[in-house]
Amino acid sequence: MIDVLTNMLSYGFIQRALIVGLLVSVCAALLGVSLVLKRFSMIGDGLAHVGFGSLAVATAFNAAPLAVSLPVTVLAAFLLLRLSERGRIKGDAALALVSASAVAIGVFVISMTSGMNTDVDNYLFGSILSLSSGDVILSVALCLIVLACFILLYNRIFAVVFDEAYARATGMPVNVYTTVLALLTALTIVVGMRLMGALLISSLIIFPALSSMNINRRFKSVSICAVGVSVVCYLIGITLSFVLATPVGATIVLVNLAVFILSLGTRWLRAFARSQRVK
Amino acid sequence: MKKASYIACKDASFSYEGTTVVSGIDFELERGDYLCVVGENGSGKSTLVHGLLGLKQPCTGEIQRAEELCKGAVGYLPQQRALQRSFPTSVMEVVLSGRLSSKGFFSFYNKHDRSLACEVLEKLEISSLASCVFGELSGGQQQRVLLARALVAASDGLKLLILDEPMNGLDPHSKQELYELIAKLNKEGLTLVMVTHDVNAAVSAANKILLLDSKQEFFGSTHDFQHTARGRDLMRDSCGGHCAVCGLAVHDHD
Repeated sequence: MIDVLTNMLSYGFIQRALIVGLLVSVCAALLGVSLVLKRFSMIGDGLAHVGFGSLAVATAFNAAPLAVSLPVTVLAAFLLLRLSERGRIKGDAALALVSASAVAIGVFVISMTSGMNTDVDNYLFGSILSLSSGDVILSVALCLIVLACFILLYNRIFAVVFDEAYARATGMPVNVYTTVLALLTALTIVVGMRLMGALLISSLIIFPALSSMNINRRFKSVSICAVGVSVVCYLIGITLSFVLATPVGATIVLVNLAVFILSLGTRWLRAFARSQRVK
Repeated sequence: MKKASYIACKDASFSYEGTTVVSGIDFELERGDYLCVVGENGSGKSTLVHGLLGLKQPCTGEIQRAEELCKGAVGYLPQQRALQRSFPTSVMEVVLSGRLSSKGFFSFYNKHDRSLACEVLEKLEISSLASCVFGELSGGQQQRVLLARALVAASDGLKLLILDEPMNGLDPHSKQELYELIAKLNKEGLTLVMVTHDVNAAVSAANKILLLDSKQEFFGSTHDFQHTARGRDLMRDSCGGHCAVCGLAVHDHD
């Protein structure tokens, strides 16, 4: 076991994946709690698709992937919020519209130029080899920004998510906080996408939050536990993927799924025990 | 001596996207008043509440506020929604969130906030619930918690509290308790505006009544309201039919 770990940590790409991955896991878990409670879970998925589209276009034109997908995804986050607020197109339909279009544009552009290759495959399903040391620095910086914003705005985010009408009535700029939430999500997704893959990154946002909500009933403990779940799942997932030589994104999602099922079981057992006690 | 008016609506109208929802609102609220806003669904009650909270500007007329009613001195208990049932949060977290309105952009709770929250929970007799899960409480308890959240908003005491249909979905016993609690707050000097569609309860609780039906139908003391034709009808629809003030049956008392 120790041998496996030391062997694993001797690889530079694993070290990089660990640093970035752990930070992304923490950010995704924290944001995930608010997103799930605010019924925004699918925004993560939509933004990941937009991220894929922009990465594909960037590859086709030989541009730096992060430099292109970062502004595009942030812009998409803005757009998605506005679309769902206006109410002409319902939020979920707007999301489906934007994500399908983004993927279509990406695939179209890439098949017109370089053709479908391993790069595209890596964007879709993630690759542990994808991070250069420059990426690591940028990713760490972005994650730290997300964490700082989240911690500083924690109480306000809670108020907006718990009772938007009240927050609005007491003069809180609700739209500003919702937008901040979406922007932070966009940053997290862009950073985590290349490791986890566009199709799988949203699970990092949703799973830890759901698992944590099965075993906790208070906002603070839900948030802290979600971070714990996310980090542990990431560590187990990346180790398993190293040992079994499986894709890292899919392995982490499966570990998350297992934890979710366990937490669901715990919740049912508790409910059962309570009903027995009442009898 | 005339008491200073707290809020004065001068012939105010509100509209959404060009369509006037409610018009001709003209009343004055004095310190210590307990005003009930009554009317059918869609009569403009909630719109008026938004106006009083300063969220919506009247399209004609104006709303004048006393200087004491600065930001944070007005509390609000919104209509309850089902969404909060499954929300993972403790009572303390909910109550503390009421403090945010008197804080800056970045905000953490300090000792003062916590002690204020504890005081209010004590006052509303729900200290024992502080660490409970909000979603597991009964409807009446949840309303008390949300009332506590409104009360902590101002550091130096709330001046005006606006309640939007606070009794919706409560059983009769919890309703009674909540009415008593609110009356107690009013006796302690809190000015109240309560939106309700229960006319009888409004008449027995408030000292002033505002009746809306797309426009202002009546504003005045509760006693006067009971002796208007419209007031009698509305009260007879429910039950009783006796003037709460002079005890006479309202239909033979003019």
